[in-house]
Amino acid sequence: MTAIEARDVSLTFQTADGPVHALKDVSLTIDRGDFVSFIGPSGCGKTTFLRAIAALETPTAGTLAVAGMTPDQARRRRAYGYVFQAPGLYPWRTIAGNVSLPLEIMGFSRADRMQRIARVLDLVDLSSFGGKYPWQLSGGMQQRASIARALAFDADILLMDEPFGALDEIVRDRLNEALLDLWKKTGKTIGFVTHSIPEAVYLSTRIVVMSPRPGRITRVIDSPLPPERPLEIRDTPEFIALAQQVREGLREGHSYD
Amino acid sequence: MTEAVARGHGGANPGLRSALPILTVLLAIVAIWYLAAVWMNAPWVRDQAARADTVLTSGELIRQTLTLERPVLPAPHQVAAGLWEGVAGQKITSKRSLVWHGWVTLSATLAGFAIGTAAGIGLAVGIVHNRAMDQSVMPWAVASQTVPILAIAPMVIVVFASMGITGLLPKAIIAAWLSFFPVLVGMVKGLRTPDAMQLDLMHSWNASRARQFWNLRLPSSLPYLFASLKVAIAAALVGTIVGELPAGATAGLGARLLSGSYYGQTVQIWSALFAAAILAAALVMLIGAVERLTLRRMGMAR
Repeated sequence: MTAIEARDVSLTFQTADGPVHALKDVSLTIDRGDFVSFIGPSGCGKTTFLRAIAALETPTAGTLAVAGMTPDQARRRRAYGYVFQAPGLYPWRTIAGNVSLPLEIMGFSRADRMQRIARVLDLVDLSSFGGKYPWQLSGGMQQRASIARALAFDADILLMDEPFGALDEIVRDRLNEALLDLWKKTGKTIGFVTHSIPEAVYLSTRIVVMSPRPGRITRVIDSPLPPERPLEIRDTPEFIALAQQVREGLREGHSYD
Repeated sequence: MTEAVARGHGGANPGLRSALPILTVLLAIVAIWYLAAVWMNAPWVRDQAARADTVLTSGELIRQTLTLERPVLPAPHQVAAGLWEGVAGQKITSKRSLVWHGWVTLSATLAGFAIGTAAGIGLAVGIVHNRAMDQSVMPWAVASQTVPILAIAPMVIVVFASMGITGLLPKAIIAAWLSFFPVLVGMVKGLRTPDAMQLDLMHSWNASRARQFWNLRLPSSLPYLFASLKVAIAAALVGTIVGELPAGATAGLGARLLSGSYYGQTVQIWSALFAAAILAAALVMLIGAVERLTLRRMGMAR
């Protein structure tokens, strides 16, 4: 089944220096349960595409369907959870309180909220930190809390915009493992923006390589890697070959003009 | 005592260590004040001596400059005595009691502060949520503050008096005039602190504007609100005192200032000034305490 379908999507920003073509004729189909990474140099439109799916930007041409609806309908139906690069937790709410916020806004009952908070905090391994305030947690833990918040209302789609970009590599490795584990447990469709080749290769079932000016898709690579992926898989020939393909794709679309 | 001092010098007592610089500055101010008092009152003392054909020793000169009944600049101990006399030397219902005058000023200050804060917050909420208000209100608010309060105050008093309203309300209006502005500026800034990401997050949850306000904008603005409340309460006190001057008021610290200057009672002026300063400091500290309590309960104080 199709979770997200983009056909000839273009998005142009009108700026003081003239129009900027953030996306040009982007077509892509994402199936339910896929883990799709978007990779490319800055300005390639990967974040803009993710934001368009989330109805945080509106395409200027083409059609975009999320769970069979327009992106804005999907947003109103709370079809997706969004994780930003920064955790964006409210400092005046505890971790449990932060996870609870979207649930309160969406009108879940108190008992339901409690049960959901416990479940998602357990999923991201933060069960004993519900009563702590954000500043009492490390950056990696805060980002896990923000993932729990995005999972709490059981949206089928999880959109992640460089969620681990600000973290060091050791923490990042651990969170990548945890994210894969979480994806397997929940079966969600994940759209994941990154600029790290190993991260994209390690996590994804499909890798979308993009290039800038104008932002477009240059290559879509289906991963031959098995669903079971220990961290050591990164030293296997298959992994290295796949990483090479991605690198070639990036070089192809690269222009320094 | 000696033990405490010894520990203080050893640097083990943080209370004493932080008190030391404060005390040093205070002593320096008092010393400068005494010097200024001697210097400013000396001409008059010399003049008197010359008229009486007496020659003053410098010790006698200094003693006299610090004990004049109507000095140009009263010495610190004279002001302290005047303050003590005004606070503790009278029944608090007496018209000579600084407590009574202080209460008259305080009640109008608090009323004006309440009106000003409500107006400031209300306008800020409007400005943040309404484009038309955003573009139209701020210039007027700024304009209102560029008009000297000394020019506005008599008009307010006269207009209200013509309607038969005197006493607390007109003074409170003048206080509110001064105190709404810092609250307005602070709250507009505070309500706009949530960044694009936090607003996008709210948008992704399809949160209503009311939700956005109560769950995000208002809590984000609280540190800014408290900072501006401290400015606002001091401004409200100034506004009240200014409001007490023009009608030749008979009550309030402003009235004490005015009657002091009518009769050349400089000690009375300075006592009232200090009473006002102490009142302002106490009010600002009170808001600071409420701020700490609130932020701690919100989990924002570390």
